[in-house]
Amino acid sequence: MVDGKPMEQAYQSALLSLLYQLADDDFILAYRGSEWLGLAPHIEEDVAFSSISQDTMGHAAMFYQLLSDLGEGDVDHLAHARSAKERKNAILLEMVNGPGHYLSKPRYDWAFAVVRNYFYVQAKKVRMESLKNSSYEPLANAALKVNMELYYHLLHWKTWFVQLMQAGDEARKKMEDAIKRVSADFDGVVSLGPLSKDIATFKLIESEDILKEKWKLFMQPVFDSVNLEMPDQFGIQSGDGRKGEHSKDLDDALIILSEVYQVDPAASW
Amino acid sequence: MLQEKVNIVMEALQHVKDPEIDSISIIDLGMVEKVEVNGDAVSIELLPTFMGCPALDIIRQNVVEAIAELKCFKEIHVQFIYYPPWTSDRVSDEGRLRLKEFGIAPPPKQMTETGEWHVDCPYCGSTYTTIENIFGPTSCRSILYCKSCKNPFEAMKPVSTMM
Repeated sequence: MVDGKPMEQAYQSALLSLLYQLADDDFILAYRGSEWLGLAPHIEEDVAFSSISQDTMGHAAMFYQLLSDLGEGDVDHLAHARSAKERKNAILLEMVNGPGHYLSKPRYDWAFAVVRNYFYVQAKKVRMESLKNSSYEPLANAALKVNMELYYHLLHWKTWFVQLMQAGDEARKKMEDAIKRVSADFDGVVSLGPLSKDIATFKLIESEDILKEKWKLFMQPVFDSVNLEMPDQFGIQSGDGRKGEHSKDLDDALIILSEVYQVDPAASW
Repeated sequence: MLQEKVNIVMEALQHVKDPEIDSISIIDLGMVEKVEVNGDAVSIELLPTFMGCPALDIIRQNVVEAIAELKCFKEIHVQFIYYPPWTSDRVSDEGRLRLKEFGIAPPPKQMTETGEWHVDCPYCGSTYTTIENIFGPTSCRSILYCKSCKNPFEAMKPVSTMM
C-alpha cells in the first residue's frame, strides 16, 4: 500500500529492484568485512571493523525484512539460498579482500579495504539521506535508522583514508593503487540498475546522477586535503552486478557463507 | 482493569535486563515503545538500539518468558520495530545511574556542532578522559580511558536523528 492505495505493478517492480540492491550490497560487504576478523592491522581495528560489519549485516537484515514484507519470501532464504545470478550487489563489493584465504596465508590488502569501504559508505550515506524522503514510507523509516549508525562508520573510514594518504611512501602508493582499482568498478556501486529511471520517477530515491554529484561534493574536499585529484570518471570494468552479472569471487563466498544454512535451513540463528 | 494489566506487564518488563548489561532494564534503556492489552492478548513493541545487535533475539525471548510467567495472557506478541528509531536520549535517569553502576558512562546528553562529545569517568567522575575506540565490545558502546584514576571504561554511544 502507498498512501492508502494498492501498489501499482510498475511501482512495486522498481521498489523491489532497489531493495534487492540495498540488501545485497550490505550483505556481501559485511561478509567480506567479517573475513578480516583477527587480521586487521591492530586490535582496536579488529574491534571497530567487526562492529561495523555487524551493524552492516543488521542493515542488510532490515532490507531483507522489507522484501519479505512485500512477499519475497523468508529473510534467511533471501540471505543464504539465492544463487549468484539472482543477486544484485555491485561486483566491487564481492571482490576478495586479497590473495590467500583467511584460514591459510591471507595476504589481504588493507588499502583496498579502506578505499572500498570509504567510497561505499559515503555513497550509502548519500543514499540514506535521500531515502529519508522516499515515497515508500517503510523504506524512509529504515533509512533514518541506518543513517544514524552510518555516521560512525563514515567517520571511521574517512579517518583511515586521510591518515594513510598522508603517511607517504609505500602507504601512499598502495592507497593510490587501491583508488584506481576501486574507481574502475565504482560506477557499478553508484548504479541503480536497469530500472533506475522508474526508481527515480516514482520518487523512491533521487536519480543516479544527483546521487553521484552529491557523492562528489562530499569527497572533493577530502581529496583536496590529501593533494590528490579526484577521479572524474569511474568504470564498471568487471561487469554489472545490478543485472545479475557476477564473478567467481561471489560463487566462492556463497558456498562458504551458506554452508550451515544448506545443512539445516530451519536452524535458528 | 485494562490499565491494571498494562501496569502488570510494565512491572514484569522492569525485570527484563539487557543480557550484556545486567544492571539495566529494557524499560530504562528506552527500548519499550508500546504495550497494548486486548482481552487476553498482549502486544509489545520494542526498539532495537543498534540493528546488528545479536542480543535482540535473546531479549525478545526473555520478554516472552517474563510475560508468560504472569499467566494472564493467552496470546503474547513481541515485535521489534525500527520506527521511531531508538536514540540515546531515551535512556531514563534511573537507567543512567544503573549504567554507571556497571562501569559504563551514560551517553552524553549533548553533542557539539562539530559532532564531538565528551563523557566523564563513571568511576571517579573526572572529566580528564580520552577516547580509545569509538567502537567497543558491543555496537552501542565505545572504549575510553580515564587519565585521573587510570581506569579504562566504556561509554554508551550517543545516537541521534541529527546525525
